[in-house]
Amino acid sequence: MSGIGLELLALQLVTGVALGAIYVLLALGLSLIFGLLNVVNFAHGAFFMVGAYVGVFLFGLTGNFWVSLVLTPLGVGAIGLAVERVLLRPLYGRGIDYPLLLTFGLSYVFIETIRILFGLTGMRFPTPPELRGAVNIGIGFFPLYRLFLIGITAVIVFALWYFIERTRYGLIIRAGARDPEIVRVLGIDVSKIWLLVFGIGTGIAGLSGVLAAPLQGITPEMGVPVLAEAFVVTVVGGMGSLAGAVIAGLLVGIVVSMTSLFAPEMAKVSIFILMALVLLVRPRGLLGRAGALG
Amino acid sequence: MLTIDNLSAWYRHSHILQGVSIEVKRGEIVTLIGRNGAGKTTTLKTIMGLVAKSTGAISFDGHSILGRPAHERFHLGLAYVPEDRRIVPGLTVEENLRLGIIASASRANETQMIERIAETFPRLKQRLPQQGSTLSGGEQQMLAIARAMMAEPKMILLDEPSEGIMPILVEEMFAQFRTMKAQGTTILLVEQNVELALSLSDRVYVMDQGVIVHQDSAAALIANPEIQERYCSV
Repeated sequence: MSGIGLELLALQLVTGVALGAIYVLLALGLSLIFGLLNVVNFAHGAFFMVGAYVGVFLFGLTGNFWVSLVLTPLGVGAIGLAVERVLLRPLYGRGIDYPLLLTFGLSYVFIETIRILFGLTGMRFPTPPELRGAVNIGIGFFPLYRLFLIGITAVIVFALWYFIERTRYGLIIRAGARDPEIVRVLGIDVSKIWLLVFGIGTGIAGLSGVLAAPLQGITPEMGVPVLAEAFVVTVVGGMGSLAGAVIAGLLVGIVVSMTSLFAPEMAKVSIFILMALVLLVRPRGLLGRAGALG
Repeated sequence: MLTIDNLSAWYRHSHILQGVSIEVKRGEIVTLIGRNGAGKTTTLKTIMGLVAKSTGAISFDGHSILGRPAHERFHLGLAYVPEDRRIVPGLTVEENLRLGIIASASRANETQMIERIAETFPRLKQRLPQQGSTLSGGEQQMLAIARAMMAEPKMILLDEPSEGIMPILVEEMFAQFRTMKAQGTTILLVEQNVELALSLSDRVYVMDQGVIVHQDSAAALIANPEIQERYCSV
């Protein structure tokens, strides 16, 4: 370990935050959907993957990364709206296992559809030219694209926080997560809120798919491991807790990145060890409260 | 204002309401009394649209509302304060009040309405930034009523507002009901505190085992202790 200096540790920490940024975005969507709809969305990884493909398609079509970055979450969110309205809505009130099985099956439909449209082998998603290279962040050179990832996640987290804590719709969402019946009595059509929330959650999953694409390339199966990791993050943070999703996402990112520095072969396992440790101490996760947004 | 005709309602397989007919005229306070389990709460829930299976007819302010979702009934001017108050945890008193007008067409008047409600319910005024769940039982009841009044409903359904509340607060609350009536709100009240309810009401329906067994003016029922004894004593 003698070769590892303080600066390398610090750089690895920032790398962990960048990795965690993707987890944060995915876990936010999962938690939002679980907190309101009580749906464990097993298609979340597939929405992430579809986001990456829609992103590469739009990037190829327009040649402009930024256009693709804006349009992809809208497109994937629109697919999410259709899924909620047509497939999920008839299943509410039938127990948590119905939507779980539906989304599980849906993820395979998405994967097969992408295989048919784009082929079995993966594709590269080039880092946009303006985000290539590295910049000196004081402790050393760090890839510009990863900094961008941290920045855009911070923007999304802030926007979501503002939307939920400071706007009229956010108040309805917070109330609807705690007590949907009283919200109906006060004149609000809760099914519209659930629709909106599923659209936002899947839209963010789509966005994280485009954002992750330049880091790892894209394949039809890319969402499968990501889904497992995103579930670990939501469980560590506490199911339904948005603040928990942010903290746990960053924590998991940092743990993975630090483990890969010291014991690379342990990196994949480390997040499950972290989950086991957290659940031993706090069975509900760091900020968990049953079925509520916190 | 509200006409209920031969209303039946079910919870799963139990037939709770078995042909209930009630009429409440504009500006009246009507009380529904009866023992626990008589079907009073179910009657209010069915009027508001919170019971999955019901048959018969409910007409409110000229609209047939049976089968319409609860949020549409709210927009016709119907408000409901449930027995357990349902102050939303995690929200402040002010946010709970805002929730009462958030879906209403008069949303633009939110600030004035909160001020007005705070004048009417001075206990809530000092507690606006506080978490709603930290209020005492009586204050939570006030908040639940205030929240229901935010959108200025034509009619309000109140389920056992005096339950578990200090007597002094109960009197304060019943004085509020008189004010609400004076301002033109129609009230359908379910109440265990029969004596107090009768003093406030115009007319009374007595309910037992899912049907209406007696109806009268409040004054006549006060003079008829036998009925009170038979259907209301625990």
